[in-house]
Amino acid sequence: MRPARPIPGVTAPRQGDLPVLLPFRAATPDRADGLRFSRWLADLPAAVPVVLGALAAAWPAVAYAQGGYGMAQAMDALWRWLPFLVTSGFALNILISFFTMVIGTAAGVILGLWQISVHKPVRNTAWFVTQLFRNSPWLVLLFIVMLAFPFEIRIGDQVIPVPDWMKAVIGLSLPIMANISEIVRGAVQSVPSGQWEAAESLAFSRAQTLWQIILPQCFKRMIPPWMNWYAILTMATPLVSLLGVEEIVTLSRQAMEAENNMPELLVPFYGFCLVIFFAYCYPIARLTMRLERKFAVKQ
Amino acid sequence: MTETAWTPDQPIISIRDVHKSFGALEVLKGVTFEVMKGEVICIIGPSGSGKSTLIRCINALNDIQAGSITVEGLEVHAPKLDKLALRKKVGMVFQQYNLFPHKTALENVMMAPLKVLKEPKADVEARARALIRKVRLDGKEDSYPGELSGGQQQRVAIARSLAMRPDVMLFDEVTAALDPETVKEVLVTIKELAAEGMTCILVTHEMGFAREIADHIYFTDRGVIVEHGPPKTFFTEARDPRTREFLSQIL
Repeated sequence: MRPARPIPGVTAPRQGDLPVLLPFRAATPDRADGLRFSRWLADLPAAVPVVLGALAAAWPAVAYAQGGYGMAQAMDALWRWLPFLVTSGFALNILISFFTMVIGTAAGVILGLWQISVHKPVRNTAWFVTQLFRNSPWLVLLFIVMLAFPFEIRIGDQVIPVPDWMKAVIGLSLPIMANISEIVRGAVQSVPSGQWEAAESLAFSRAQTLWQIILPQCFKRMIPPWMNWYAILTMATPLVSLLGVEEIVTLSRQAMEAENNMPELLVPFYGFCLVIFFAYCYPIARLTMRLERKFAVKQ
Repeated sequence: MTETAWTPDQPIISIRDVHKSFGALEVLKGVTFEVMKGEVICIIGPSGSGKSTLIRCINALNDIQAGSITVEGLEVHAPKLDKLALRKKVGMVFQQYNLFPHKTALENVMMAPLKVLKEPKADVEARARALIRKVRLDGKEDSYPGELSGGQQQRVAIARSLAMRPDVMLFDEVTAALDPETVKEVLVTIKELAAEGMTCILVTHEMGFAREIADHIYFTDRGVIVEHGPPKTFFTEARDPRTREFLSQIL
């Protein structure tokens, strides 16, 4: 069953007709949940990466102390590989997250606006697409795009190769698009319907109302959840290692193979992955929560 | 044709046998009245009697199921209504002010003439400043709605409607959400407007104000007009028992 998605002036009875009968409506009921990830991450004390690093160093040293290949050698190997892992590996994760966010946001805004269209078929299709990609496993979407998408595109005589990481971007863009779509829809609907009525009575058309009155009001409200999704997306980029894209996890695995797959390497190398992702996402989460508080006060 | 020739000696607003329901709930059950240019009409009645719905129908914010409403000869509920034409004629002020919170008081007043009527900015700004002076908010031009009191916001809302140069103003319980001490400043503004000859339709609970300002008072209950008349006779010689009961409770 499709949940009711009232649109002021389209499907919803207008507020203010019978003030006594109006049900109570919380202003933004799902806003608190939308930022769960950033809130959790931002609440971690800054000492966490230090503790992570210390644990990573201490644990294998105890576990494999008797072997000939020790922690010192493992850390040494990591140190040698580290510049390569960061500049070739993590840089690609960031690149993928950037492109995905750009494409996902552009498509998500359009889809979100279609979700509040006055035309029912458009609205319903946009709703269906949003729900489909929002509730599908990301990895399945990635595999579908990876296998279904051509490895090169022919335009006339031009042959444009589509690298694997670009396909990964398209695959990851789909769930991001769907979630941005929901952010846009939620933000627009969080604006009181009185704003639509006031604009309507001042002869604004629906499009003018949306672009000049409603969207400017909800732009700020959309930024924290949007950043929240950026952090979640960045955390999800290692998924593409399963498809052979040479980002940080793939390269770490290859580096460990080059170092003869010593078990002592596992914790330093993957521990380093954790730390670098944390170091990147933690400031984003802190900023997200700061903006969230700032905009909440200004409302 | 949705617009017929209208001359000022005809009613500016003509409401004939209007029926309106929300689903199974019928809130207007055949309402008929006329308003002449320059008249001030007050609609009073108990909560849920359909009085707000009625004035929202005049502005096409609500549709109607049967009957007809014309404003200066323009049929409001024609399928191909020119909404821009209607809303240039009719201004509306709401109980909750509904100012645009991301714009200053001056910008709120300027927005519609600028964006909808596409008038030159210098003219619009001069007019907007004059309107803000008129509602006695000089110095508050650059304040955001959140920085203004309820009464001040409501006066900005009145100025915002007037910026479109309407011929009729609708006031939907505009003082109901205000603190008692700011009610008066809004009422004074409306009174000045009425004195200048603006056609006004007010839904109000301010009986003293209605008695003072109205040319004609309509009492609605359960979707029909129970009784109407000029304030002098309405308040003293009410005939219908429902009107009497209402007046005895409220006065």
